[in-house]
Amino acid sequence: MGDLLRYRDDEAHEEPAVTLDAFLGQSNATAVRIESGEDARVLLPYLDRIALVEVSFPKFRDGRGYSTGRILREAGYQGELRAQGDVLVDQIPLMRRCGFDSFAPEAPVDEAVLAASLARYEFHYQAAADPAVPVWKRRHG
Amino acid sequence: MYKYDEYDHSIVAARVEEFRDQVNRRLAGQITEDQFKPLRLMNGLYLQLHAYMLRVAVPYGTLDSRQMHMLAHIARKYDRGYGHFTTRQNLQYNWIKLEDAPDILAELATVEMHAIQTSGNCIRNISSDQFAGAAADELTDPRPWAELLRQWSTFHPEFSYLPRKFKICVIAAEEDRAAMRLHDIGIQIVEKDGQLGAAIYVGGGMGRTPMIAPLIKDFVPFDDFVSYLEACLRVYNRYGRRDNMYKARIKILIHELGADKYAAEVEEEFAAVKALGIDPPRAEFDRIAAHFAPPAYDADAPDTLDRSDPDFAVWLDQNVSAHKQPGYAVVTISLKPIGGIPGDATADQIDLMADLAKAHSFDELRVTHAQNIVLPHVRKADLYALWQQLRDAGLAEANLDLISDIIACPGLDYCSLANARSIPLAQKIATRFSDIGRQRELGELKLKISGCINACGHHHAGHIGILGVDRKGVENYQLLLGGSGAEDVSLGTITGPGFSEDGIVDAIEKATNVYLAQREDGERFLDTYRRLGMAPFKEAIYG
Ligand code: HEM
Ligand code: SF4
Repeated sequence: MGDLLRYRDDEAHEEPAVTLDAFLGQSNATAVRIESGEDARVLLPYLDRIALVEVSFPKFRDGRGYSTGRILREAGYQGELRAQGDVLVDQIPLMRRCGFDSFAPEAPVDEAVLAASLARYEFHYQAAADPAVPVWKRRHG
Repeated sequence: MYKYDEYDHSIVAARVEEFRDQVNRRLAGQITEDQFKPLRLMNGLYLQLHAYMLRVAVPYGTLDSRQMHMLAHIARKYDRGYGHFTTRQNLQYNWIKLEDAPDILAELATVEMHAIQTSGNCIRNISSDQFAGAAADELTDPRPWAELLRQWSTFHPEFSYLPRKFKICVIAAEEDRAAMRLHDIGIQIVEKDGQLGAAIYVGGGMGRTPMIAPLIKDFVPFDDFVSYLEACLRVYNRYGRRDNMYKARIKILIHELGADKYAAEVEEEFAAVKALGIDPPRAEFDRIAAHFAPPAYDADAPDTLDRSDPDFAVWLDQNVSAHKQPGYAVVTISLKPIGGIPGDATADQIDLMADLAKAHSFDELRVTHAQNIVLPHVRKADLYALWQQLRDAGLAEANLDLISDIIACPGLDYCSLANARSIPLAQKIATRFSDIGRQRELGELKLKISGCINACGHHHAGHIGILGVDRKGVENYQLLLGGSGAEDVSLGTITGPGFSEDGIVDAIEKATNVYLAQREDGERFLDTYRRLGMAPFKEAIYG
């Protein structure tokens, strides 16, 4: 198990994440885990009381979680968004752009490699769920 | 032609550096081959039977002489002195060393080229009409739309780990020269109430389950274009199958869900996505479109031609097409010499084509999905001199769209998935029908060969298609008739039991004899087949 990587200023959330079914059945949980095939939109009514959403990446090839992350951020979710599972160092920059701000990779990540790859692209073509200004906006103000 | 600005340069340079780092980590054993694979694939690096193959992107098939010279240079320096133009308008090198790949990408970057997303489960290089900007029948130049999508799709953070690869094609003419409806998304730029927008077809593809893309939305205005595609992709990313690689293409999702249900899901997603403000403004479209402004044509260029050299006249009739500008013509250079390898060109030939483009075609070339090269804007007055130079370099085969203008996948000579060889069969067929008079008598006849069910050679879309299969360890070929990748798109039907290599050449000859005997005025092979159906062909072939 790798370390938890966080890109947030607040304290890490302590409460363990419950399954989506458990969350929907138990109205006071504040941390929830979404499997890659589950629909994040069912969480939308509850976003303002959730502190942690953990999105599972069972295999690095399974890219559904990228959409999950963006859907939550685009709906205004402000809490911690964690990518858990087979999360590889070369994927973290993409996940950051999809709104993830913490990572629980199964295998340890080389932090020097990660820092270099997070700093690598100065510009991004498209808008996503991070603050990056898309190139077209830079071109036209 | 599109030219990079500081942003484009910066992004491509960062990619070179990123890939160098990934290769170094792989060579140092810090990442496994399994983890490296998707990374190298997203940079066009495949492991083939004998070596690495590097696929270089030629966005919408357009390039200039500087870029073409660079392709020749790389072929000489890092490969074996040739390159292979592909059915998706790219170029492949077959004999690349992993250690060299970062240097190759660095060299490509100096001429605004890259290998980004030429493979892998991401949005691939966008393809388009090879006659864009020149075709007499186009509504508008589709390439600004394609360039907009190139930028949108490059390193798209949400769509880099899709269920499967994703191919998009953009055209803007009624004649479909790019097999638009056999793409995951096919886009036709159309006009409605004086406004340009996109008709969107989703879920086409070849492979083991060929499908023709149905129309999902008849008109998406420019202002919604990127949002709408984002919605199309998001629905696919979320719901496309991931349990079975062979059912993971979007065509299967559309098939299982139904086109209407998919379209409804997209509409719902679009409503959410549209609010995000992710559509580039018109000013960005105009900025891109300015790069594709028509070249400075000579308004006095003579529109007449001296056809007195009969060999030249044949080439003119076969390989030269109408241009929208009087006095100009579109030239297709065939990379299908009889007995050659379809789509291959030597470094010297690549250099020559670059020089000719510089001298005669406003410095522009195109790659076609049929694996030929186009000089899009040639003065009619220059055609004879151009033809003579092509002829001296073995590049003046007058066979565009004839039976020897074959699309063939790499097949067993290069590919680890192959059941059968494709290239030697293409050579055999071309040789059997080498007589140009006979080929022209047969007229337009698109023959396409795949070495296995993956259909890289578009056999489903061939007027005559050939599929290599493995029959008890022996190479065997099935014959298909009646496919088309054009605006009259259709999928071919298997004639019956397969053939040996020589047997299939005989079977093709028999099928063409049925056509010659039974055609009516003006009918192509495909038209006669459609009118008569399979029965007379089957009888001639197996009878
Ligand atoms: C090592 C060599 C190659 C391998 C292993 C390979 C593999 C594959 C596979 C597995 C598919 C089917 C994917 C699917 O439908 O899910 C496919 C499709 C395809 N490949 Fe290749 N390929 C190779 C070379 C090429 C080359 C050289 C070209 C171009 C000349 C090419 C063009 C295509 C095209 C156009 C398709 C059909 C796309 C569609 O299904 O819509 N491939 N290839
Ligand atoms: S069709 Fe089959 S044999 Fe031909 S290149 Fe594709 S995967 Fe290989």
